[in-house]
Amino acid sequence: MARVWIFGQDINTDQIVPGRYAPYMLKQEDDLRKYPFVEHRPDFASGVRPGDLLVAGNNFGCGSSREYAPLALRMVGVGAIVAPLFARIFFRNALNLGIPCFTADLTGQLRDGQEVELSLEHGSLLTDDGRSIQLPPPPAFLREVWAAGGIVPFYRTHGRFPGEGVTGRQGDRETGRQGDRETGRQGDRETGRQGDRETGRQGDRETGRQGDT
Amino acid sequence: MAMTLSEQILSHAAGRPVRAGEVVTVDVDLVMMHDSLAPSIIRVLHEELGAERVWDPAKVAVVIDHVAPAASVQTAEKQADLRRWARAQGISQLFDVGRGISHPVLVEEGLARPGMVIVGSDSHSTAYGCVGAFGTGMGTTDVALAAATGRTWLRVPETVLVRAEGSFRPGVSAKDLALRAARVLRADGATYAAVEWHGVEQLSVMERMTLATLSIEVGAKAGIVPPAGDGGRWTVDGGRWTTDDRRPTTVNRLLDVPEWLGVQAGAEYAQVVEIDLDRLEPQVSAPHTVDNVTDLAAIGRVAVDVVYLGTCTNGHHEDMVAAARVLRGRRLAPGLRMLVVPASARALQLAVEDGTLATLLAAGATIGTPGCGACIGRHMGVLAPGEVCLFTGNRNFRGRMGSPEAQIYLASPEVAAATAITGYITHPQEIL
Repeated sequence: MARVWIFGQDINTDQIVPGRYAPYMLKQEDDLRKYPFVEHRPDFASGVRPGDLLVAGNNFGCGSSREYAPLALRMVGVGAIVAPLFARIFFRNALNLGIPCFTADLTGQLRDGQEVELSLEHGSLLTDDGRSIQLPPPPAFLREVWAAGGIVPFYRTHGRFPGEGVTGRQGDRETGRQGDRETGRQGDRETGRQGDRETGRQGDRETGRQGDT
Repeated sequence: MAMTLSEQILSHAAGRPVRAGEVVTVDVDLVMMHDSLAPSIIRVLHEELGAERVWDPAKVAVVIDHVAPAASVQTAEKQADLRRWARAQGISQLFDVGRGISHPVLVEEGLARPGMVIVGSDSHSTAYGCVGAFGTGMGTTDVALAAATGRTWLRVPETVLVRAEGSFRPGVSAKDLALRAARVLRADGATYAAVEWHGVEQLSVMERMTLATLSIEVGAKAGIVPPAGDGGRWTVDGGRWTTDDRRPTTVNRLLDVPEWLGVQAGAEYAQVVEIDLDRLEPQVSAPHTVDNVTDLAAIGRVAVDVVYLGTCTNGHHEDMVAAARVLRGRRLAPGLRMLVVPASARALQLAVEDGTLATLLAAGATIGTPGCGACIGRHMGVLAPGEVCLFTGNRNFRGRMGSPEAQIYLASPEVAAATAITGYITHPQEIL
């Protein structure tokens, strides 16, 4: 069983691991494992167990490109991260490190501290109150990076990058609609502010960008 | 079919026409790594990828800017290792302590040029969009892969267009435009997209860097300003793309604009944000997210302890000049301290030569080594609990510059200078 840790929206990588705790700054004998969410949620680092699930709000991992942020999460054994949208550099870093990330908003469906059983193979969660929640799989070209355990083993095995040699438009907004998302989510921006005008896709925006980098 | 700037640049780098939505592998023109992540990048390169050498030392730049000068034995040792490694790899493009922040340095050195694909180990690598390059930030492993192979992969982004019209009013500048865009787009508004900034031909290269660096704060993959002109060679004079090189500038060299690079009528934009500069007022980003932007006029009475002028966003010569114009003949408010950390040695040199630095020092400001300084809360002005900082940088996340109990407001250099005089967040026109 995995414990659920709920986080809010716009969790940035300074909150995940502040720059003061970068490996660059640490003494030899110090350990990055102690520092995920060290200031934002001090009970996390000592309480997290391998396999635990991070469930967060919109725009998880925004801000700095520091890979030591998802690395710290991997080092303490986070089993997967679920958020309605991941900031792109964080998503890419987590993918590269082999951390499964699922794009869904479960903040309203799960409680902090709840126990769940995660099946990566089936992309589903079973909660301790008997509910089964399906998690949307990322595009195929990213699943093969997961399957390899990260980008380095993928590259060393295949001698190419993800999507290389693949034709067609992965996640295209006109075909396939993989990962499309309509806005209207919490915190959506307002249009028509003084002096500004949004034209075109006002109020909604469809992209194929789930899991894109 | 018409293409966005990103589609043009990535098509050129992919060796075939590509469109938004495609996953492509592209050649990388330049890889930038800085002192904070170089140790881990080097480890991945050698130990995980098994590469002995970078693919092309002439296309790798190493910059010591994140903790410059070294603040501890740990960082000093790692910097010493980095210098040895660069030398052993034959990387001559090593910019050491004091040369400045990677992004303005690579532009000043002519290493970042129009039409290039540039991968940097820093999220603000979108900065290179200021010269019409596709600059993007990546993490350790991706940068190591790029350094090993000279290539990277990505999905060609859609483009969000920010179209400015009109001219800045007195006391209003590029930072206000950028914060206004963040206010509209929000922190995730351009995630996976590129931002293009049109209608800013009057801005210097470093003023364009203000826009380009803030592009990541709305989630963008790149933030590109169309390089001026329709091809040919231009001298960048004061950042203006002219052939008149009378005025000293930090960017004082010829930058070729490829004939295939330029705004194309009919290019598709996923979204268009129009901003009327004639009506734009100073903007302030309040704690603790960049998109928490309001009009300065609506911010109320906010007492400030520290004014910090610096960073790749607003630590340029232009920014020090703008601040000096406000501070001339004035002194800092009692109890308030002001740190000026120039973005580059060249910016500092110009400020020395034209009297700007003397004006700032006479007002009571102090200066730091060109570099990232306290932007990342590691040294050179870390904040205590309860302190309020008015910062010309690009992030105000809780704990970013030090204590999580400190408060960071983002604003322009003009606002920073006015605030330094009164001790409260102040409109520049109240001073000028």
